[in-house]
Amino acid sequence: MSGLRVIVGCKRVIDYAVKIRVKPDKLGVVTDGVKHSMNPFDEIAVEEAVRMKEKKLASEIIAVSCGPTQCQETLRTAMAMGADKSIHVEVDAATYENLQPLHVAKILAKVAQDEKADIVFTGKQAIDDDCNQTGQMVAALLDWPQATFASKVEKANGDLTVTREIDGGLETIKVKLPAVLTADLRLNEPRYATLPNIMKAKKKPMAKKKPADYGVDVAPRQSILKVEDPPVRQAGSKLDSVETLVGKLKDAGLVPS
Amino acid sequence: MYLSKCIRFCLQQTARTVSKESPLWKRYSTAAVQPKIDTSFVGALKTIVGDANVSTADAIREQHGHDESHHAVAMPDVVVFAESVDHVSKVSKLCNDTKVPLIPFGSGTGLEGGVNALQGGVCLDVTKMDQIVQVNAEDFDCTVQPGVMRLGLNNYLRDTGLWFPIDPGADASVCGMCATSASGTNAVKYGTMRENVLNLQVVLPDGRVIDTAGRGRRTKKTSAGYNLTNLFLGSEGTLGTITEATVRLYGIPEKTISAVCHFNEVSEAVDTVVQILQCGIPMAKLEFLDDSAIDCFNRFCKYDMTVAHSLFLEFHGPAYGLEDQFQSVKELIEMNNGFGLKQASDADERNRLWKARHEMVWACTARIPGSKPYSTDVCVPITNLPEIITKTKQMVVEADVIGPMVGHVGDGNFHIFFPCDHSDTETFKKIKDISHKMAVMAMELNGTCTGEHGIGIGKRDLLVAEVGEETLGAMKQIKETFDPNNIMNPGKVFF
Repeated sequence: MSGLRVIVGCKRVIDYAVKIRVKPDKLGVVTDGVKHSMNPFDEIAVEEAVRMKEKKLASEIIAVSCGPTQCQETLRTAMAMGADKSIHVEVDAATYENLQPLHVAKILAKVAQDEKADIVFTGKQAIDDDCNQTGQMVAALLDWPQATFASKVEKANGDLTVTREIDGGLETIKVKLPAVLTADLRLNEPRYATLPNIMKAKKKPMAKKKPADYGVDVAPRQSILKVEDPPVRQAGSKLDSVETLVGKLKDAGLVPS
Repeated sequence: MYLSKCIRFCLQQTARTVSKESPLWKRYSTAAVQPKIDTSFVGALKTIVGDANVSTADAIREQHGHDESHHAVAMPDVVVFAESVDHVSKVSKLCNDTKVPLIPFGSGTGLEGGVNALQGGVCLDVTKMDQIVQVNAEDFDCTVQPGVMRLGLNNYLRDTGLWFPIDPGADASVCGMCATSASGTNAVKYGTMRENVLNLQVVLPDGRVIDTAGRGRRTKKTSAGYNLTNLFLGSEGTLGTITEATVRLYGIPEKTISAVCHFNEVSEAVDTVVQILQCGIPMAKLEFLDDSAIDCFNRFCKYDMTVAHSLFLEFHGPAYGLEDQFQSVKELIEMNNGFGLKQASDADERNRLWKARHEMVWACTARIPGSKPYSTDVCVPITNLPEIITKTKQMVVEADVIGPMVGHVGDGNFHIFFPCDHSDTETFKKIKDISHKMAVMAMELNGTCTGEHGIGIGKRDLLVAEVGEETLGAMKQIKETFDPNNIMNPGKVFF
């Protein structure tokens, strides 16, 4: 198990602290001038990969991001955290709006093969689309085992022991390598990039590629019909008696009269 | 009980007559303002900020009538939410013209009753103004509005490699931290708000908007005119409403080492602190917790630390040289009979340790369910620290109250967080007694009755003793100049 090669998928998303606003044309959300950052779950994946490298389990970490030019900032953050090099797969802004997990999974699978990776690590889901599909699809495309929602990753004689967060609690599984891992919230707390590391990251190699280089067609397979705000919450009212409450419920047709 | 005492005091003030012979600033400045909150006043507020931004609902007023101190709730008559400097300016002018009290409200995390509306009036909640106006990473500064909280700011900055290191524990609003001249665990290395604010935009009581260093100025130093920036720092909402702050940022430390060690005697721990500072070792955090505090800490945060007087230490620095600093401190600890020195092994353990330290207020109040924190905040020159801590500890032990001692001993500042239940009058009396004696002792030792929490309601008498009549008179002159109608947070800082 000397020196695993780890690919980490990093998606550039609107920062989680930003208040999202729907565009006037109702076909998307406002992204211009809005703060973007690395998907928090991907940050956790990068952090875990860096810790694996510090423990000498991993030998090289390659961060990958698919999207427009600004994704390079996300990759620089990954390299400032400790990734050794990165690959920016350029997708223009318009196509990016309809880029789906299947497209990204095909790209990551090809990257993993080209780079002879042992682990493909992503966040469990992106906070903009909440798809929770990319990691799983990569595993299927590569026919690799998958350990998703990982909250603990340990090595165990050439394999990995992964604790997963599932509905009923925690599940611990043994996973043969090569494998796909997806990071859940409690896996770790990501480090902040320090100024010296940000400076060093500027010198780390970043390869610029296109989806065609990997033989992947990213033409959209779906179109967004409508994006809407959730309905505004109506004010409640205080009622003075149980009878009034029952009366109102009956009027609203919520209980049989 | 405390509230009725406050009311009685305020009524006494209305009875004082103004002498025509004495200079303006010598009159007691708090003629109690009779709020004229009627439907037409509320209507005028709604015209300025919009209907949705004015509330007279009980729940909203209650929430805005207290902070995290033990002082009883004092509800404002109406809560107004401002969404722009223009709103703040017009509301201030309205309150000034009608002589209605005005209290700015940020995160409500204060510890001295700074936002309690002792005389009712308008509570001006400025947290809807929540933009990070600009970040100048290469100049190490940023400008924020009052709704930006400290943790939110650091989160925003994380990709730049910079942080705002003033850490009072709570997730306080940055502008609120300006108003109380806040400090915290990192002050020993990075200073307090006093050293880290470059410019403030303030709305004066009459509605005028000023930038204390001039609009857009963000230099590390200036000799241009009076230092208004530092005048408003720590003014606790009594001179104006802060609507923008430009603060200094620092690089996130390249390497961090945290450690804990224990001592059998308080004096040994404090002597170690004095020696560390004398050696000029640039500690990032140097915190003292006495055995009572460690006990609270263990129970609340489910830790298993040795119950003894302890020092929590943290070193920030470049990767090289940090271990040497640690070794130097290790020797000093051993010289003073310290034991159990343990480094936190990784980032997770470090974060857990400091999170638990920051939850000390709650850990202490958890000892008496339903209690609130009565916090003391004395600060003395480092060399006087051993004396005051040892004598205070004696007082707490003799009075037989729960009085965990927690402190930024690196600055000569420490707190006792007494869990306080006003209905237990006997214990409350003991707590007030110790607290008062501590402050008096601190002042005798060239110190201050409040290092970082502010005067608020509970320390007004101590301020008089601390600065003396002449200086107090000068402060009141300034208050009279900026706020002749005494609408800004009346009853705080001064009587």
